[in-house]
Amino acid sequence: MDNIIKTIFGRLSIESLPIHEPIVVGTFLGVAVGGIAVLALITKFKLWGYLWKEWFTTVDHKRIGIMYMILGIVMLLRGFADALMMRGQQAIAFGDNQGFLNSHHYDQVFTAHGVIMIFFVAMPIITGLMNYVVPLQIGARDVSFPYLNNLSFWMTAGGVVLVMASLFIGEFARTGWLAFPPLSELDFSPDVGVDYYIWALQVAGVGTTLSGINLIATIIKMRAPGMTMMKLPVFCWTSLCANVLIVASFPVLTATLVLLSLDRYVGTNFFTNNLGGNPMMYVNLIWIWGHPEVYILILPLFGVFSEVTSTFSGKRLFGYTSMVYATIVITILSYLVWLHHFFTMGSGASVNSFFGITTMVISIPTGAKIFNWLFTMYKGRIRFELPMMWTIAFMLTFTIGGMTGVLLAVPPADFVLHNSLFLIAHFHNVIIGGVLFGAFAAINYWWPKAFGFKLNQFWGKVSFWLWVVGFWVAFTPLYVMGLMGVTRRLHHFDDPSLQIWFVIAAFGALMIAGGIGAFLVQIGVSIWKKEELRDVTGDPWNGRTLEWATSSPPPDYNFAFTPVIHELDAWYDMKDKKAQAPTEGYRAIHMPKNTGTGVIIAGLSTAFGFGMIWYMWWLAAIALIGVVVVAIWHTFNYDRDFYIPVEEVVATESERRRLLGQGA
Amino acid sequence: MSAHHPHGHGDHANLDHDLHSHGDTHGHGSLKGYMIGFVLSVILTAIPFWAVMTGALGDTQTTALVIMGLAFVQIVVHMIYFLHMNTKSEGGWTMMALVFTAVLVLITLSGSIWVMYHMNTNMMPDMAAQMGGGM
Repeated sequence: MDNIIKTIFGRLSIESLPIHEPIVVGTFLGVAVGGIAVLALITKFKLWGYLWKEWFTTVDHKRIGIMYMILGIVMLLRGFADALMMRGQQAIAFGDNQGFLNSHHYDQVFTAHGVIMIFFVAMPIITGLMNYVVPLQIGARDVSFPYLNNLSFWMTAGGVVLVMASLFIGEFARTGWLAFPPLSELDFSPDVGVDYYIWALQVAGVGTTLSGINLIATIIKMRAPGMTMMKLPVFCWTSLCANVLIVASFPVLTATLVLLSLDRYVGTNFFTNNLGGNPMMYVNLIWIWGHPEVYILILPLFGVFSEVTSTFSGKRLFGYTSMVYATIVITILSYLVWLHHFFTMGSGASVNSFFGITTMVISIPTGAKIFNWLFTMYKGRIRFELPMMWTIAFMLTFTIGGMTGVLLAVPPADFVLHNSLFLIAHFHNVIIGGVLFGAFAAINYWWPKAFGFKLNQFWGKVSFWLWVVGFWVAFTPLYVMGLMGVTRRLHHFDDPSLQIWFVIAAFGALMIAGGIGAFLVQIGVSIWKKEELRDVTGDPWNGRTLEWATSSPPPDYNFAFTPVIHELDAWYDMKDKKAQAPTEGYRAIHMPKNTGTGVIIAGLSTAFGFGMIWYMWWLAAIALIGVVVVAIWHTFNYDRDFYIPVEEVVATESERRRLLGQGA
Repeated sequence: MSAHHPHGHGDHANLDHDLHSHGDTHGHGSLKGYMIGFVLSVILTAIPFWAVMTGALGDTQTTALVIMGLAFVQIVVHMIYFLHMNTKSEGGWTMMALVFTAVLVLITLSGSIWVMYHMNTNMMPDMAAQMGGGM
């Protein structure tokens, strides 16, 4: 009997459920009630068919982009809840007070926070932005491989499902967000936490890599006629470089995690302490992926800031060519700096100084970008709309983050600051100040394109000020304490003089919570009052690039006619020359058909991951066979495309002209 | 905006027409090309076999180095004759991707070897001896 249960459930048992953790049980009840309510509402309003046909199975890059953004924002709430718990714990856990989290739980919280924020917030948000904007900016109808795009999204979502499942079924890793061995080896982490970590990242990593290939192919092969590489919008350039980095670096992560899995599952000794294993090799390998990863995150946002600065200064971008070359130089240099994450591991002076110098060198192209944005603003007619406000906040915040980064790049200084709160403050300074501020600039900038109405300004400003001020209140104390030598990931403190700093930091985190709340209110209010915020022109900001040439939201086919490009800022050039869109000569448009295969394969992959985590070998085997069978079966599906009839195109386009006539 | 004949996505032949009429995007080889590649591969495989079987090169280290060198040449032969790599295909992008990949692989391998062999530098001399002097 025991054997049968073991075969079916692997190591999953009643004891695996965290019923002894009141916080987790409370969260679970909240999630269960909320989740059931959402499902009930969807069922009540009969939305399942709509969601399945129009969203889940869609191959439209715009809808997939929006789904990525929703995924990222939802996970931001989860990741931020972890952040609030850490700040709360550290603000009260002094002396006799042990705080409200035990150390076992606390270790999971900081690991989950890091993993979620990087892989399931920042990555979906940048992928979503690139998905939505890149095809529009290059005048294409979709990405190169629309079905693959849908599959990529659902693989990412599958990773999310595994991470979220770890909250309620079993537990998450307690190793820190990169799961360094030997701690992450079976000897020291025998539970399912690290396995959840491995399989969530492996499943999501397939999606990320495929979407990287897809976007590279799109940018290289599907540009509108006349759009040479040096007429490519800057956002597409930075996206191209970010995706090149994805394709080049994610396989390293995959391989590293495979080696760790082999250690954990079949008893190899790649990263163990004995039998010839070397944990330091894991650190080396994972940072060969990890450093390019931070540039994967920031590069697309550099593109966003370039577009925003140029649009809201009413000028073409200063130094376009230097911007492109700076991006390319960063792309290559980002592979030459990885050792600065482990200066203290024991390499000699020559290794450390080489990587210290390359790290300092990489700040040169980044600095060139900052000057380009400043010169773009110089003598520009700057409009302080929300995207521009976020951009200026980024320039101020990110510059300081960059400077503390150069401080850390000096190996002797790093020996003092390594693993301290100074480091934590530094990377939050660049990731929040760069990636998050950029995401908010991009959301405010492109929202009207995606939905046809602008976002509410008042709540946007509330969110902006709470975020920016909250960020500094939360992280300045960490800089100060880091310089005093306080290390990261501590669950309890003995020195009561530190408490005031942690209380200030917790207060800053609460302000950021207000900023997130105001952002959600901003979206709610904007949807509520969308008629007042309506934009019928499709070009609410007097934009310069092609996405503003079509209606908002764009029709399924994006452009009725493929635009022909003569200048860098193509849409500005068309407006300048008073070019008229043709009003006749439409043709039926060839489009890809929706397919549910992506959902099925990703679902099976998630089940495979779950089976591997819990040693339910039958489930893993069936799911893996299922993935292969469905993938092969899909290749026999020849019914993949359809034509949008010419009447529909004519109707859509004449409605657009009617609205334009009204608006003008 | 001027009219242009619309193309659907996924419709690559059409796209290639628009964008890459200057580049050779097909690159299917000829029988002659495959034969040259095949013969070269056989020769490049036979030499290492011969070197190992007969031990003609004397010491093993020379043999190993020769095999590594021939393996590298083998990679190049495969890329040119079987994968049809040349500087022109896909408008030069294939070559660019190859060079980029080669540079990154080189950085990763040589960097990792350098880093890992350097790890014991700061240890006390007798400790390094106890560790066996290896990594």
